[in-house]
Amino acid sequence: MVTKTKSSMPNPEDVYQTTLSNGITILARSNFNSPAVNVGGYLPAGALFETDDKLGLTDFVSSMLMRGTQTRTFDAIYNELETVGASLGFDSGVHNTNFGGRALVEDLPLLLKLLSESLQTPVFPDDEMERLRTQLLTGLALRAQDTSDMADLLFEQFLYADHPYGKPSDGYIETIQGITRQDLEDFHRLHFGPRGMVVAIVGAIQPKKAVEAVEKVLGDWAVPSQKESPALPPLKPLKKTVRKHHLIPGKSQSDLVVGTLGPNRKSPDFMAASLGNSVLGQFGMMGRIGSVVREKSGLAYYAYSSLHSGIGPGSWEVAAGVNPKNLKKALGLIDAELRRFVKNGVTKEELADSQANYVGRLPLSLESNGGMVSAILNIHRYDLGMDYYQRYESLIRKVNRADVVEVARKYIDPDRLVIATAGP
Amino acid sequence: MKKNITQVQLKNGMKVMLKEIHTAPIISSWIWYKVGSRDEVTGKTGISHWTEHMMFKGTKKFPGGLLDKAISREGGRWNASTSRDSTRYYETMPAAKIDLALRLEADRMTKSIFNAKEVASERTVIISEREGSENEPMFLLGEAVQHASFRVHPYHHEIIGDMADLRSITRDDLYNHYRYYYVPNNAALSLAGDFDTKSMLKRIRELFEPIPNGQVPPRLVRPEPERKGELQLTVEGPGETAFTQVAYPFPNATHPDYFPLQVLESLLNGASGLSYKTCRLYRALVDTGYAVDVSGWSESTIDPFIYRITMVHRPDKKPEEALAVLDAEIQKMQNELMPEAEIHRAVKQARAVFAYGSENITNQAFWMGYTSMFSDYSWYATYLNKLAKVTPQDVQRVAQKYFQPSRRVVGIYIPQGKVA
Repeated sequence: MVTKTKSSMPNPEDVYQTTLSNGITILARSNFNSPAVNVGGYLPAGALFETDDKLGLTDFVSSMLMRGTQTRTFDAIYNELETVGASLGFDSGVHNTNFGGRALVEDLPLLLKLLSESLQTPVFPDDEMERLRTQLLTGLALRAQDTSDMADLLFEQFLYADHPYGKPSDGYIETIQGITRQDLEDFHRLHFGPRGMVVAIVGAIQPKKAVEAVEKVLGDWAVPSQKESPALPPLKPLKKTVRKHHLIPGKSQSDLVVGTLGPNRKSPDFMAASLGNSVLGQFGMMGRIGSVVREKSGLAYYAYSSLHSGIGPGSWEVAAGVNPKNLKKALGLIDAELRRFVKNGVTKEELADSQANYVGRLPLSLESNGGMVSAILNIHRYDLGMDYYQRYESLIRKVNRADVVEVARKYIDPDRLVIATAGP
Repeated sequence: MKKNITQVQLKNGMKVMLKEIHTAPIISSWIWYKVGSRDEVTGKTGISHWTEHMMFKGTKKFPGGLLDKAISREGGRWNASTSRDSTRYYETMPAAKIDLALRLEADRMTKSIFNAKEVASERTVIISEREGSENEPMFLLGEAVQHASFRVHPYHHEIIGDMADLRSITRDDLYNHYRYYYVPNNAALSLAGDFDTKSMLKRIRELFEPIPNGQVPPRLVRPEPERKGELQLTVEGPGETAFTQVAYPFPNATHPDYFPLQVLESLLNGASGLSYKTCRLYRALVDTGYAVDVSGWSESTIDPFIYRITMVHRPDKKPEEALAVLDAEIQKMQNELMPEAEIHRAVKQARAVFAYGSENITNQAFWMGYTSMFSDYSWYATYLNKLAKVTPQDVQRVAQKYFQPSRRVVGIYIPQGKVA
């Protein structure tokens, strides 16, 4: 029944890669199935550079980049984009400022021009800064009312105590109130530059043409004073389980996050941990956690586990939303599942199921230009090699039960967890 | 965008729509039932959505739990959702594995078990789903505004249903609902992806044609009378942020006014699927410091529904001040003709959004089935042309017709102050 289709996997032959003389790496792959193009990437201007009294500064800067440049106002920038149905946006994390956009391919030059201007010549107008500040403060007021956001915040605060990963990227009310225009300008001047920047383009354009288009607008960018990112400080391991509750009165549901540290993305433990996590709280209807908390006990609409693996120490966590009176019961069920997972690992059948899922779902995750941009950026960021997806199936298949139980025991100690809850 | 699709009606009345796309080794299959929250009477609200949940609990051939595993093992993605007008289930699979999805859907059209114990545990899951929604001020406000907008038409309640009904609906209520509405002549199957139409159709006939048809249930039709006079309401709850939601009447998706209103929407609130920082309301309310955010959206429905505009208020401005600015912008739409160039802009925006959507096979199968619930695929295929034919006069006329203060509902969420 299946007819011939071209390979949807990126590979060293069809992903064009080059580095400009100013240090910008460009990755490009064509896809002529739709007349559109996606752009994504990052540069190493992250919250690592923030001081505690200015938490949220990177986020503030990235949200200001499109609010006025030397040649265009906020309204003019968005008018150009929206008029042609294109989009562009920036956000930030601990390590990087990220960007992403899409357009019909005829409008790629416009998209890249606006990307370049926003990165190189933002002017941080006072009126726009104050408007954004009000929006950010409203966002923080809403966050304070969101049981899921507050449980996450509390979890990270205690899992990553005295570490940049434990600090909220959107800051606190006091820190956002204290950020000045000078802070924004200084941050941009010192940390934004081409060195370490990566741009990926996927869509209806020949890769070399895409590279030329990027080079035209970003090839001359030079920031000799661009600062190197500081190294991540060491992390203090948990000595015992920490249980914290954040009170939000008047809510009908509480959220919980239970977890511990996980491997980083480059760790040899990653694949076994990822497959183990799939069995624990992803596969089918949210894995074993979903089966116990939702299907068998009817306690929650969502209950799952997730593994967050990036540049630094990752996290391995279980999350659920439950009626406040069922909080204790749900935590008990999750505790028992974690103990079982660490004691017995996964069955042969469970592992085979998740392995099959990982291999089978690949075409789906790569079908859109946006999915492909994420995939090739990840390959680059974590040095996976452009032949990663050619090796992918064997990487998955070679994980065995012993590997999974070993990483489970290495990372998850049921007596040393962070248990964060938020609600009434 | 490829427009050629194959449409067939099986002998038992089931509609089938097929669209070959050979860009990736993927097939997406959707089955649609013409039943949604608008078919629910008082005392049974939420029953369509709950039935949807029960469809994942298994049949004799595909017992619960095994279903998820079978699909996931093949790398597939599946889910379901309930809307006001329809209930739909989809599987997107590696092309070679789609037969599993077809067998599963053919089987569970009539053979889902609805075990009483599982009904009981799903009751608390759905109550938990509703409690999660109730945590959100916007859900509470939106529910109140929707309810106030429909006194007569069954669009008045939320899809998830009222808590009272979620506590009292029985296993037999659910099973009867399922057997009544889940018949082939009340269903449509839409498939897009990497298949050969002829052999796919043969397989679909083998699996679905033997299912006997049933009596097509009549839809609940209780037209909403025209509102005479603005209705204002308030909702109080935790938090520090105030919101306002304004709901105007809005026509059904096949009404001639629908397309001029899409152009109006793009001008007033921005085009669907794009940022909206240069739409009139954003410029008038956010750029000038009257609100933190403003957004608006319509829905494509069988019967007339509502157009909603939501404002997130600044702590230093009163909701009434922002509402006055909103009114002034709407009056401008009613009093002045929009520039012709704005129509070209709306068409270009829609063209881009269509192009992005065409990258996704699941999305393409969705649109075939979705449009079949209130019209047919030509509605989708001619969308851009219909948009291009709209004139500034059309837009002014629909602005005057639908955006009257006396026909709207205005709801304000009043936060009860700082948290502990």
